[in-house]
Amino acid sequence: MSIIQTIPIEWYLFLSTVLFAIGVFGVLFRRNAIIIFMSIELMLNAVNLLLVAFSSYLSDSKGQVFVFFIMAVAAAEVAVGLAILSMVYRNTNSPDINNLNKLKW
Amino acid sequence: MKALILLSSLGVIALLAEIFSFKKLIYPIVLLGLVLAFILNMFDWDTNQLYFKMMQTDNYAIAFTSLIIVISFLWFIMAEGFFKEESNQSDHFALVLFALVGAVIMVSYTNMAMLFLGIEILSIPMYILAGSNKSDVLSNEAAFKYLIMGAFATGFLLFGITLIYGATGSFDLTEIATVVSTNTAISSIFYVGVLLMLIGMSFKVSAAPFHFWAPDVYQGAPTVITAFMATIVKTAAFAAFLKLFHTTFSSLGETWMHIVWVMAALTLLVGNITAAIQTSTKRMLAYSSVAHAGYMLLALLANNSFSNSAILFYATAYSIASIATFCIVSIVANAKGSDVVDSFNGLAKSNPLLAFVMTIALLSLAGIPPTAGFFAKYYIFTSAFTAGNAGLVLIAIIASLVGVYYYFRIIIAMFFKENTNNQPLEVTINHKLLLIVIAVAIILLGLFPESIISLL
Repeated sequence: MSIIQTIPIEWYLFLSTVLFAIGVFGVLFRRNAIIIFMSIELMLNAVNLLLVAFSSYLSDSKGQVFVFFIMAVAAAEVAVGLAILSMVYRNTNSPDINNLNKLKW
Repeated sequence: MKALILLSSLGVIALLAEIFSFKKLIYPIVLLGLVLAFILNMFDWDTNQLYFKMMQTDNYAIAFTSLIIVISFLWFIMAEGFFKEESNQSDHFALVLFALVGAVIMVSYTNMAMLFLGIEILSIPMYILAGSNKSDVLSNEAAFKYLIMGAFATGFLLFGITLIYGATGSFDLTEIATVVSTNTAISSIFYVGVLLMLIGMSFKVSAAPFHFWAPDVYQGAPTVITAFMATIVKTAAFAAFLKLFHTTFSSLGETWMHIVWVMAALTLLVGNITAAIQTSTKRMLAYSSVAHAGYMLLALLANNSFSNSAILFYATAYSIASIATFCIVSIVANAKGSDVVDSFNGLAKSNPLLAFVMTIALLSLAGIPPTAGFFAKYYIFTSAFTAGNAGLVLIAIIASLVGVYYYFRIIIAMFFKENTNNQPLEVTINHKLLLIVIAVAIILLGLFPESIISLL
């Protein structure tokens, strides 16, 4: 029995769900682009945590391999995201997303 | 699979073009490569090979891969000007080709890992391309919104995949389907997982109420990139969506069908009614693409043997017509400096060819015979009707009547409104050929729909 399994699986499920929800609310309610990126990372890392926990409980390594894919893709996504953000910053001189409201209705 | 390898190597070759300075050659190389990829892909027909339980080249995958390659060939001809203007053009070629690789993976996956990777390989280049007009604030805004909403949707999708993994212990579509159909007492987190995956996929195909990013992104991105998103990305996303829910979750129909029913009705109404009040044609086409996602949801909901071929035909008819409309909108908007409906005034007098092809394409989008769009809607409605969704078909018919109204606004502007300046717009010979080919294809598909319907 691994150290991960000393804690019941439900607790991992609750913790991941709470972290995921914090990430979702961060994306929806924060106005600073950097913090939005952080919130998205939080969502993806909540998923990673849950995957590792399930993987350990099911004694199955596929879940941990999936975590590596998620980490690699998240890194690529943040690299592109920061590039886009610096492009936005050059035009608006602010990381506040309230400046990005030219497109509506 | 051969097509996938060829497309990936084309992308690498496009990157090398910058280093070894054969930039002039890259455009013909890519077009040739796409033709070759189409032929190689067709060789896999009926082989039904499974690659390491990750991807499968069944006829469904091959049909959609072929469609994606054909549409991207047309798109490359349409986007010629985009690649000429850009300073770092070979990077743009590479990004588009890698996006195509993602689209091909998305239509042929048999494992959740490949679904996730396919979506990301398609999406990440699209985020960059949406913002490729670097000094334009609208393009910046489109790229930013697309990135945030795309990553947000991916988060939901991944959480769904994880919960399904927790309940079934597998990422494989067939294994999950077996567990679902044999095991009656399945853990409740599985249903939450299905729901979260449904939300994630609805974001990707821009179905209401998760459509709000689409009009902004479509309007802000450069018009050729909008055409790519509205055709290839949407086709690939729908093929993936349909494959997931038609094969893996189809035995759980009653858990997700009510939600999809409401989503389809909302998408049809919101898409069509909001499109009718737009002044910018690009934004109108964006809402119309949301509405078309609604029609395709009807076939997804029907969940019967017609669904696959109905979606394939609908995606074909819709994508071809969209390429033509976006091509003409970009020509007109570049010449007149604005894409409002009034820019089209008097186009029939100054450029009869543009007006003629635009009319055929819009009639096809509106679903009026004898164009391809009519039979596309006909098959969708038939599949929904046989599945017993008569109420939804009624909503769809009312919604498409609204559709006729806003498509005809452009046609009326072209034919019956006067313009003071009747100078013909400049159209390159390639664009003319492309538009003629598309017009003929729309009519031919309308006359012989069986040629595509009988494939799947």
